Amino acid sequence: MELEGSRIIAADRQTVWEALNTVEVLQASIPGCKEMTGNAADGFEAVVTQKIGPVKATFKGAVTLTDIVEAESYRIVGEGKGGAAGFAKGGALVRLADAEGGTELIYTVEAKVGGKLAQLGSRVVSGVAKKLADQFFENFEMAVAPPEEEEEETADAEEKPKKGWFRKLTGKNT
Amino acid sequence: MPKDHGIGASPKRREDVRFLTGNGKYTDDINAPNQTYVYFVRSDVAHGTINKIDTSDAEKMPGVVRIFTGADFEGVGGVPCGWQVTDRFGEPMQEPAHPVLAQGKVRHVGDPIVAVVAETLEQARDAAEVLEVDITELPAVIDMKEALKEGAPKVHDDLTSNLCYDWGFVEENREAVDEAIKNAAHVTTLELRNNRLVANPMEPRVAIGEYDASNDEYTLYTTSQNPHVIRLLMGAFVLGIPEHKLRVVSPDVGGGFGTKIFHYAEEAFCTFAAKAINRPVKWTSSRSEAFMSDAHGRDHVTKIELALDKDNNFLAVRTDTYANMGAYLSTFAPSVPTWLHGTLMAGNYTTPLIYVNVKAVFTNTVPVDAYRGAGRPEASFQLERVIDKAARELGVDPIALRRQNFIKPDQFPYATPVAVEYDTGNYDATMDKIEEIADLAGFEARKAESAKNGKLRGLGIAHYIEACGIAPSNLVGQLGARAGLYESATVRVNATGSISVMTGSHSHGQGHETAFPQVIAEMIGIDESQIDIVHGDTAKIPMGMGTYGSRSLAVGGSAMVKAAEKVIAKAKKIAAHLLEAGEDDIELANGEFTVAGTDKSVAWGDVTLAAYVPHNYPLEDLEPGLEETAFYDPANFTYPSGAYACEVEVDPETGKVEVCSFAAADDFGNIINPMIVDGQVHGGIAQGIGQALLENCVYDSDGQLLSGSYMDYTMPRADDLPNYTVDHSCQTPCTHNPLGVKGCGEAGAIGSPPAVINAVVDALSDYGITHIDMPATPARVWEAIQAAK
Repeated sequence: MELEGSRIIAADRQTVWEALNTVEVLQASIPGCKEMTGNAADGFEAVVTQKIGPVKATFKGAVTLTDIVEAESYRIVGEGKGGAAGFAKGGALVRLADAEGGTELIYTVEAKVGGKLAQLGSRVVSGVAKKLADQFFENFEMAVAPPEEEEEETADAEEKPKKGWFRKLTGKNT
Repeated sequence: MPKDHGIGASPKRREDVRFLTGNGKYTDDINAPNQTYVYFVRSDVAHGTINKIDTSDAEKMPGVVRIFTGADFEGVGGVPCGWQVTDRFGEPMQEPAHPVLAQGKVRHVGDPIVAVVAETLEQARDAAEVLEVDITELPAVIDMKEALKEGAPKVHDDLTSNLCYDWGFVEENREAVDEAIKNAAHVTTLELRNNRLVANPMEPRVAIGEYDASNDEYTLYTTSQNPHVIRLLMGAFVLGIPEHKLRVVSPDVGGGFGTKIFHYAEEAFCTFAAKAINRPVKWTSSRSEAFMSDAHGRDHVTKIELALDKDNNFLAVRTDTYANMGAYLSTFAPSVPTWLHGTLMAGNYTTPLIYVNVKAVFTNTVPVDAYRGAGRPEASFQLERVIDKAARELGVDPIALRRQNFIKPDQFPYATPVAVEYDTGNYDATMDKIEEIADLAGFEARKAESAKNGKLRGLGIAHYIEACGIAPSNLVGQLGARAGLYESATVRVNATGSISVMTGSHSHGQGHETAFPQVIAEMIGIDESQIDIVHGDTAKIPMGMGTYGSRSLAVGGSAMVKAAEKVIAKAKKIAAHLLEAGEDDIELANGEFTVAGTDKSVAWGDVTLAAYVPHNYPLEDLEPGLEETAFYDPANFTYPSGAYACEVEVDPETGKVEVCSFAAADDFGNIINPMIVDGQVHGGIAQGIGQALLENCVYDSDGQLLSGSYMDYTMPRADDLPNYTVDHSCQTPCTHNPLGVKGCGEAGAIGSPPAVINAVVDALSDYGITHIDMPATPARVWEAIQAAK
């Protein structure tokens, strides 16, 4: 299964790049990610719960970044094992380019599923992958885009992530 | 006036009372005291090296009794193959080891690696979740032609290649066939795929192993079509258990279709583990497991050429087939594309020269073996398709072309150039019958009517032959079978005259419990209700070979007749004594022994009572009791044949094919129970239409099973099927078995796929479409239409 796409993220290239290398951002962006540890240099360990077609499973796996070109591109490769549900593995080439209104993030994803996931869910994998990619970038945008000005601090502020929280985290609030 | 009992009557199936009221006793209904449950961890990759299996965390999980891996089976035999094919160079086939649990490598998705035995199935599954199995995935081979290329990944490292065998038949004809094709006035060539199928019996496989330590005795309950074969294979080749210490029981079985013939690793595991933990071990396959562990069917890729002279007489047939064996050799897998396929390539025709080449190939897929018809549908499909194509190319009527080349009634017995001798048949009679019952004369009018509704109507005809009643043991022994294929029966007459028949045949939907008593009832002249059939338990029945290849009545029924004849011969001696008459003067009819030409008689029940209460009995000449066993080994195969007609409507906008009508005119020889025969034909046609239009087992290039559930593997449903018109009035009885029967179990699945595809191609012929592969799904048909436009 292959998937291609691009998004304009309302942030400068360096900010996007740093976010792409930050475990908290990746964890918050990967749909269903329960745990993520590690760092960009040594790789990450992740636990992700996902439903693909009729199969719901918790995948444990390793994610590594390779072919890193600072502030420009990397390849993210991972494999998750879901026990009786089978496995999912794949990689994505992520490239950044300056664009009007921020940074263009261009991705090419290749994914494979095996075992029960393939047996029961292969028909819906493409659709699920598209949805997950969209969710990832929505979450990612939420993290790195500038905060909306009208947004007020409210009582339930801590319950849902605020747009632009990555900037607060890194202190870059421009 | 139809008969109301005995041979030729159609009493309702007595077994259906329990099947339809939920009172059948299937293997999964059996629960042994103190039993445990096993869950198999199966490979999720098609090919890989097992680096490490860590069971330590799983062993601590609640309820876990013991976890087994391949290491526990070192020194234990592998799952054996029951047929050795010799290749065209005189060498034996390549035969890989098939461990009960994977050792070192996994070779298909579904290959069992670890078996977790626990107090409950849920606990076994939970423990399996925390197991660690570290596998390095290796490149897989899925496509057969790719698998044979130099440098292709090898399914078995210790074999020289992925080629199981390269078989030629009849090898001596090879050059003559080449020559005939080169010089023929016309040659029609067709390349096709016989799609891979999953058998999908309603009841998935189940096994329960029991061990009695005090007597060192094992019992295996299993969903098998042939419990004695399982006892022989598992006892002798896998676990080394002598037969008197191993009982195999196959109770009610919910459909087999071939896939329950074979000996499977799970059966051996449960039996082995029962001793290891000294508790019963039960395994019940889930439907998902069935898709990736039951032997699949078909999966041939074939090129066939038919050579004709200038007068359209068939001169020669040459076929090249690649047959998928999957990752291991299932029990009878090697025989299916060879002796059950090549020997049928003459079809119903007088083709003088035939050469069949088959390359059997290992791939990283589930093993492939016999499925309803087994080799014969593959032969029939290619032959009936290529004849249809030839007729179209030559501009002649496909029925006329077939008739012109039919073996004629006065040519029987007819020795074909592919080593079999048809004893009887009348193919023009079945063709006449199909023209009548399918109203072929009215087709053009129906076609015009369909056209008014924007639909393309097509008519497809096929005339099949099959070889059933498997088989003469000395012959199959020469051909590589590692078993005899006789059948056995014991007819036990009870003191008051009722009868128990212990048959080696196994009923898993065929209705033996109804049809077999009809034969005995006819022979003795008592009511069927006095007769019961016992089957499916090695402790109760004589050594039998089970049910497959439409053999039960032809071979098992014949054994029963032979045993009953012995019983009647002895009963006549007893009757002669009681009537003070000569034995030769005694006649048996309507349950009465009479002295010919007199009014002296004695009832069946009085004779049987005398046999067990021998007060007035010729004890000096005759043993008491009335029970006889017979083993029957057939002298030849039986050769059912028939003409099938299918009409379809294709919607050119969507590609959807609707089967409008389907008619079958079969020659099964004599018929015992016409209603059961109808049912067998109906079921076979349903599966044939399923193969032709709906069913397809698909792997991706990595060996992942994509059609592994009913969401993606389409089974035929009631609304996919028309009402059938079925006729079996054309009867040329078999000449070499005592009942004159030929077998009807597989016919429907053999004759229907070519009839359906011939009809679809006929409907699409205006586009210039000459072939469409099975299954002819709407997508495929639509694409073919678009490509042709």
